[in-house]
Amino acid sequence: MTWVADVVHGILLGGFYALLASGLALMFGVMRIINLAHGSLALIGAYMALLLTEHLHISTYLALAPVLPGALIAGYLLQRTMLERSLRAGQLVPLLTTFGLLIVIANLLQQFFSPDVHSLDAGRIGPASWHVSSTLSIPWFDVLTLGIAFSVLGGLHLVLRLTQLGRELRATAEDPDTAELVGVNARAVYARATAIAVAIAALAGVFYGMRSAFDPNSGANELLYAFEAVVIGGIGSLWGTLVGGIVLGVSQEIGAHVNQEYFALGGHVVFLAVLVARSASSAPRIRYALRRFA
Amino acid sequence: MTETALAAPPAPRFRVQRWTPLSIAFTGGLGGGIAVLALGPLVFGENTQYNLIQLFFLAIMAMMWNALAGYGGLVSVGQQAFIGLGAYGAVFFSVQHGLNPYLSMFLATLVGGAVAIPVAAVVLWLRNGAFAIATWVVAEAFAILVSLDPNPAIGGGTGTSALLPFNLRYTPSQRLHYTYWAALGAVAVLLLLLFVLLRSRLGGSLQAIRDDEEAAASVGVRVLLGKGILFVVAGAGCAAAGTIILAWQLSVLPLGPNSVFGINWTARMIFMVLVGGLGTFEGPIIGAVVLYLLQTYVSISGVWYFVMLGGIAIGFALLLPRGIWGTIQERFNVQLLPVGYRLRTGD
Repeated sequence: MTWVADVVHGILLGGFYALLASGLALMFGVMRIINLAHGSLALIGAYMALLLTEHLHISTYLALAPVLPGALIAGYLLQRTMLERSLRAGQLVPLLTTFGLLIVIANLLQQFFSPDVHSLDAGRIGPASWHVSSTLSIPWFDVLTLGIAFSVLGGLHLVLRLTQLGRELRATAEDPDTAELVGVNARAVYARATAIAVAIAALAGVFYGMRSAFDPNSGANELLYAFEAVVIGGIGSLWGTLVGGIVLGVSQEIGAHVNQEYFALGGHVVFLAVLVARSASSAPRIRYALRRFA
Repeated sequence: MTETALAAPPAPRFRVQRWTPLSIAFTGGLGGGIAVLALGPLVFGENTQYNLIQLFFLAIMAMMWNALAGYGGLVSVGQQAFIGLGAYGAVFFSVQHGLNPYLSMFLATLVGGAVAIPVAAVVLWLRNGAFAIATWVVAEAFAILVSLDPNPAIGGGTGTSALLPFNLRYTPSQRLHYTYWAALGAVAVLLLLLFVLLRSRLGGSLQAIRDDEEAAASVGVRVLLGKGILFVVAGAGCAAAGTIILAWQLSVLPLGPNSVFGINWTARMIFMVLVGGLGTFEGPIIGAVVLYLLQTYVSISGVWYFVMLGGIAIGFALLLPRGIWGTIQERFNVQLLPVGYRLRTGD
């Protein structure tokens, strides 16, 4: 019965990872870049919510009202000032600049908020849970997170399918030069994609802060988990991030079941196993390489 | 097939030049410089030696990261996996099994290269950002595994010290001299290894891979083999740097951004290579000297230090992507260490 609990908790955790990963997947899908600062941007969202709740004494959910529009603007400016320039300079430069940003953010957060751990108040729903049986209880907060993840993914899906912005996003993702020929402003589309991605990251960050304690270096773990969900689910697929997130969540819960300290390791191992399985499908190329070497 | 293409007589009005008088002088000068530095322990005070060891391991890391990113197009943010592996490998041989610490450092370097082979098999299929994060995941996995090791010599999450095996055999001043020589020796050997590798045919194929992987593969370049060799050399090199860090600071931690498995090493590597000049042979050495001077002469707290490293790295990536040396090279057409080919007109 405890295994059932692990799987159920893993699935619920997967909803959170999907939320964290969808912004990363969106930016990769549209611009073919992996934003290494994604987890750090999420973390800024959590710290901004912390500032608001501490100084204005409002609930964390209410703090989302200023944090999310702020993140939209921040994402837009980030694209216009830094990422746009990086994109023009080839495929390696966006990695280098977003890595630099990750280091800058982690250390600035440490400077302004101290290296101590903080957490956000999840309200009355935080500690409440539904006791299904003696070994299985379902926290309402996790159900809420999964629901939000579903709404965000569904919303993105609808925006991409039905709106003018969605058509422009898909066209630019396919081929930016051709999209420009038919009147799409690729730079503006990129900036909007990044704005949306950063806003979703900030939302995920605030939920991260409500589910567990965080410190200025938590951004790294968030990035790794988000990326693992993206890769396990199949790079470039939005709904794939939900599948990937669930596989990751279940692996971590099972890892933690074996030994409390194997939580993160369980996810890393499954992620690397997926990579090995993918590379094994390229086995003929390996044999070819070895034959040429021998 | 490509042999015959290369053997075809070149157009008579051009000739391929590898060495120039300047590069002969500089390469000779560098060799001489390393020989002079080898006399360091007889000349320098303890503080200078201690600082120079730091310069040496920074230079090794920069050279290795540049070999991966600048010559193979592989942006790794997980080379700390091998730095940590080197440090803990040396602990494993010297503290747990009682071997001579310097022999342990050498063995741990080989272990780093050996471990890079299976890691390469997993991550080299990925491109760009996917490769970058996969290497980081590997580093995190190694760090967690080491932190969960129950053996008291390894010390689990609270870290460990290699003071005992050094103190059993050497006085503190002997330890400083030998570590200095070991670090300088590692710089010299790895510099020579990279120089020979990049001057060989592999160097040409690597630059073809970096510029366009598909095009390189289509003309018969063994893409995976080239990348694999680089990754293994970089794994061994970073492990060597890790062993020197252990001998230099004597105690190590497995977890956190400042530990031997920490992401801050990657921040330093990217800073040094971007400032010095990505994809130039000389650049990383210049970058290592810049970082060394910065942290020796600019007193700045830990947090602002990394804000500065990250900020300067972003600035160079956007505004001066060829770095200090790449820009000089472009403007004055000089190459001090001849790893490329120069086409000259006339006679």
